[in-house]
Amino acid sequence: MKLLLEHAHVEGIRYYDAYRKHGGYRSVEKALKMSPDDITEEVKKSGLRGRGGAGFPTGLKWSFLAKPEGVARHLVCNADESEPGTFKDRYLMEFIPHLLVEGLIVSSYALGSNLTYIYIRGEYVWIVDILEQAIAEAKNNGWLGKNIQGSGFDCEIYVQRGAGAYICGEETALIESLEGKRGNPRIKPPFPAVKGVWGRPTVVNNVETLAAVVPIINMGGDEYAKIGVGRSTGTKLLSVCGNVKKPGIYEIDMTQSVEEFIFSDEYCGGIAKGKRLKACIPGGSSVPILPANLLLKTAKGETRYMNYESLADGGFASGSMMGSGGFIVMDEDQCVVRHTMSLAHFYNHESCGQCSPCREGTGWMYKILKNIEYGKGKMSDIDLLWDIQGKIEGNTICPLGDAAAWPVAAAIRHFRDEFEWHVLNPEESQTRNYGLAHYADPLTVVAG
Amino acid sequence: MSEVQNIKVTIDNITIEVPQGTSILEAARKIGGDVTPPAMCYYSKLEGSGGKCRTCLVEVSKGSEKDPRPMPKLVASCRTGVMDGMEVKNITSPRVIEARKGVVEMLLINHPLDCPVCDQAGECHLQDLSYEHGTEGTRYEFDRRTFEKEDIGEYISLHMTRCILCYRCVYVADQLTENREHGILERGDHAEISTLLGKNLNNEFIGNVIDVCPVGALTDKTFRFKNRVWFTKPVDAHRDCNNPKCCGKARLWMRGDEVYRVTARKDQWGEVEGWICNECRFHKKSASDWVIEGPTKVDRHSVISQGHYVNTVPQPKIIDKVIGKEPRLLLNIHDVSDVNKPNVHLSEIPGPAHSDDFEKKDDKKLNN
Repeated sequence: MKLLLEHAHVEGIRYYDAYRKHGGYRSVEKALKMSPDDITEEVKKSGLRGRGGAGFPTGLKWSFLAKPEGVARHLVCNADESEPGTFKDRYLMEFIPHLLVEGLIVSSYALGSNLTYIYIRGEYVWIVDILEQAIAEAKNNGWLGKNIQGSGFDCEIYVQRGAGAYICGEETALIESLEGKRGNPRIKPPFPAVKGVWGRPTVVNNVETLAAVVPIINMGGDEYAKIGVGRSTGTKLLSVCGNVKKPGIYEIDMTQSVEEFIFSDEYCGGIAKGKRLKACIPGGSSVPILPANLLLKTAKGETRYMNYESLADGGFASGSMMGSGGFIVMDEDQCVVRHTMSLAHFYNHESCGQCSPCREGTGWMYKILKNIEYGKGKMSDIDLLWDIQGKIEGNTICPLGDAAAWPVAAAIRHFRDEFEWHVLNPEESQTRNYGLAHYADPLTVVAG
Repeated sequence: MSEVQNIKVTIDNITIEVPQGTSILEAARKIGGDVTPPAMCYYSKLEGSGGKCRTCLVEVSKGSEKDPRPMPKLVASCRTGVMDGMEVKNITSPRVIEARKGVVEMLLINHPLDCPVCDQAGECHLQDLSYEHGTEGTRYEFDRRTFEKEDIGEYISLHMTRCILCYRCVYVADQLTENREHGILERGDHAEISTLLGKNLNNEFIGNVIDVCPVGALTDKTFRFKNRVWFTKPVDAHRDCNNPKCCGKARLWMRGDEVYRVTARKDQWGEVEGWICNECRFHKKSASDWVIEGPTKVDRHSVISQGHYVNTVPQPKIIDKVIGKEPRLLLNIHDVSDVNKPNVHLSEIPGPAHSDDFEKKDDKKLNN
């Protein structure tokens, strides 16, 4: 089932003419005849959940927006996609930029934002040009600017480039950076829905979330809610990377099992080079890593599906999260310790340095992991790592601290014997990998 | 605005009424004593400060009267407002104590611990914090982070290695001076306080960054290595300062008749009561420049009270209210040992006294 990427491969879809010919901007025509509250209601009915990682219901988020008299409101599109393993927004913006622009116009109308921003990751230099061209085309054809299509609604969209900081993907840090300040996350409350950009009520949504508003308006919220399973409605983009035969972007309707997604030819096509599946991070680098046995089946022995609820089944003890959809697959040749070290390095490098547990703890974890990886570790280091991650998690201003702690916690929780092997065999661990061990064996029930 | 209503909040089993909009930390400060969470970055006089150091984390076990759900995460008490009927656990929550230990350890892993040569020693908040809330020893085995030394002018010396990035000095420069000339560069554990292209800090109120700095990162160059703070005697004094923004009320740190250092007056939470200008701070170093009011009241627990037996302020005793009873010793040595009530006179024992010299009780009696 394809909603967002339906026309992704049409010749010239990046440009206005081809996009319009394939039904583009229909949702704006429809939306402008509706009242803004009705659109919010449709989005609520659709059950759309934020696609940036947290999975918060979008309609609910919109309804929290404060609407004081005489104060402008803003919509900000979070295109600061910097999570290792996640590249779905890039694909959307690069190939069908008009879909995002269309979604932004509809959402701006629903939220009453006359000035809408796209905050884009600094490294996406070439996409800025693509987006600005799409915005200019939309403006030339009367979809942006003053009095859009005679409805009396004005809207402008600006693209703002970030300067290469992962932390600016956190919504309050993004707002600070957008205002031209140092990208430090703000302390909540006040939430952006009350005090956001320039102190005005603001909604920050992910690229994919805003793009999904287009099919919701086109087909109606109720129809959209029929796609998917349970509270995981609609379609989700997944960016698959790692040791699979066919890495890339897939749009799924969240009814597939994880096994089908990895091994069927329609999706990833199985593990590359005939190797075996060892582990997988199902939702971008921040979410807990799962060993193969727990990935394919839950701790209770049920099949695990590719949706928000099923991936989170078992909590962090034996489950993970849908996250931002960065699906990282690791085969038997991958070293979990090395992988965890490189993630710890990333979070150490990207911590903003504002609150102490994250600033100091991430660096400490990285140094310990580096020791273990290079054969200088001690047994007590593993317990120490566990203790440090517990002291970072939940004690920081923004979720970066949690995101830094979870991968380390999960790696130790599920792959402790690999860490111990590294400590006990410092020389051997430099020359070969631990391999699969028992992780791909038939399921062992993990105590909750 | 209508009249501000008082609401009830319970912190560690002590209920207090505070106006709406008060933070948990401020409410706890009204109670005082041990239930007050420590704060390294929060400064009530500086708008927007707080929330960063995470030492003031508390557990909210009941959100409010209307919504009694507990908050899932520990919250920074300095930036969380109280609600009516809120119940907060600080020293009664093992989770808080554990988390705070973690924060103190994190703050110390990259701190040089050069207290013996640090001018802040004795009035350092990090010393107090690690003494009161930390663990002994460290589990950190790596090189500590260091920075290149930077000269930021003739009055203030910057030791970036000691900094805990509380951002207080940034707020001071933002809110007190016309132009902020320093700020945080870089990010993460390499973030540093610095000036743009080695500029000097020369605003007439910039000396206040020394007072707000909780550690020895920003110290007074005119007092550098001259004396230890606990050898100097603090006296309150004032002078007519021409600067309208300067409050003119200061604290002189004297030894004999010599004024070693001038600082602003600080309250019991270590916060400045009124800002003073650079002129008063760095240039009026003679007792004749000032009208001396008398010795400062010093907290009984402060190292500065060493040798000053007058004017020390005892801390309020509240521990019995927190746990609901007077603390009782599990084993009172005076009850079980005969050493303190000997039936044998010590002078009758030849040589050093030994347990055999005392009459033995049977074991049953001991267990009672």
